Amino acid sequence: MHKATESASNSRRPACSAGDKSLVVENLRKEYTRGKPVLKNINLTVAGQCTTAIIGPSGTGKSTLLRCINRLIEPTSGRILVSGQDICTLRGADLRAARRRIGMVFQEYNLVERLSVMENVLCGRLGYISPWRAWLRKFPQQDIERAYDLLDMVGLTEFARARADELSGGQRQRVGIARAVMQQPHILLADEPTSSLDPKTSVEIMELLREVASVNDIPVLVNIHDVTLGRRFADRVVGMSKGDVVFDGVPGDLTDEHLKLIYGGEDWLA
Amino acid sequence: MSAERIWQRFTPAERMARFVVFLVAGILLAWSFRTVEIIPEFLMDAPEQVADLFKRMWPVDYAYYERGVHAVLIETLHIATVGTIMTLGIAIPVGIMAASNVCRVPALNWLATFILVSSRSVNTLVWALLFVAVFGPGTLAGTVTIAVRSIGFVGKLFGEALEESAPGPIEALRAAGAPWISVFLKGYWPQVSPAFWGIALFRWDINVRESSVIGLVGAGGIGMALDEALNLFHWDRVALILVCIFAVVVIAEVFVTHIRKRII
Repeated sequence: MHKATESASNSRRPACSAGDKSLVVENLRKEYTRGKPVLKNINLTVAGQCTTAIIGPSGTGKSTLLRCINRLIEPTSGRILVSGQDICTLRGADLRAARRRIGMVFQEYNLVERLSVMENVLCGRLGYISPWRAWLRKFPQQDIERAYDLLDMVGLTEFARARADELSGGQRQRVGIARAVMQQPHILLADEPTSSLDPKTSVEIMELLREVASVNDIPVLVNIHDVTLGRRFADRVVGMSKGDVVFDGVPGDLTDEHLKLIYGGEDWLA
Repeated sequence: MSAERIWQRFTPAERMARFVVFLVAGILLAWSFRTVEIIPEFLMDAPEQVADLFKRMWPVDYAYYERGVHAVLIETLHIATVGTIMTLGIAIPVGIMAASNVCRVPALNWLATFILVSSRSVNTLVWALLFVAVFGPGTLAGTVTIAVRSIGFVGKLFGEALEESAPGPIEALRAAGAPWISVFLKGYWPQVSPAFWGIALFRWDINVRESSVIGLVGAGGIGMALDEALNLFHWDRVALILVCIFAVVVIAEVFVTHIRKRII
């Protein structure tokens, strides 16, 4: 392990433990081609209402890590426990049931453009209802009420009937967050949620993610390449470089030395 | 001082290849002129023949419409419409099987490709001959002909539309734990439905034209009336039937264009 990591882990750790909703990643390894690991040996535990920012250069495996957690990408080896359940061994219906507990927010929002905002939010319930009911749009009343509550929370109630492709980027991301929360997840993953947004909207989205964490009492894991933004909003920062975790600590402990280690070079720091 | 830097669209190898292609095309053209066997008398005669044909077609026998054309014209539209509806029922599952991003079983992809290619590789008239042999002459043979022939077209284009749909929303729904069918209904279908209805209407438009021809081999519709009129040298009736087919095709075209605009 790098020295920087040790010093960081020996120092203050954010108060992110406790809480029954948690994520534990143990010895996670992912190779797309044999012998060339993208993720080498990732160990990570998040719990409570903690917002964790994962920073690191492009191509270092941040997206792969998040997609391994909900098995959109198959890990090569290691264990991933969501609220105590190992999801790496699950298949079929069990895997889908486990995915319901992992909400995900995407850089490009990934809304179904031609469906209404309301229907996009209700899509978060597709893991709970039968395809037959989904086809007939027979969502349980409590789901519909919850969807309205979430639209209230993200401030888009008046857009419920609008089509998703009529919204601006920031509004779409809010819908994306509402859809993820609709799953009643135990953990929320956000893959570069602000990279396609302007600075002001980015801040609003980060604030919203923090609010989601505290209101729902769940940990949030955010991939972010804007270090300043990540530092400002995260309780904890995980720095990745070349498939390894090289920093793990509170934002205050993240020094320029660490950033050099994570991103390489130093000219950009000036 | 550096030398002038030259930029050319093609590399020397590409220029050479293009020259060879043009040369071969030129040789083939010259060669085919020598073997085409046009009989000069018949070629010179053609304008006269056309004039004669038009003279015999004129005046158009409009009176015959009520008696001999109306019923088969409607029958033609029925063959086209029912045939297209039957196609949709089969083309949807085959199209899904053909789209490699939706159906991840290579064996099913191959099966779908096989069905699509077989449907398209046989000409409509040949399908019609086959089904006339199976079902006997009439509308049933015609309808099945239209249905079978259209599967390849609709299924292929539907499958391609599916393959071009954006992967992002699909990923999102899978991440939410949605089962396969729900992912299809809420992720793929909303993305491809305008394309699907566009394809279906376009195929109906084509089928109106095709179903007016298959009667020539006995598969029902206005083609059978055309065949009869041709055999009996009733050129004024032939003219009427051609006018009717033309009118229906134009109306179908206008109708389809209008609806497609509204869908997309």
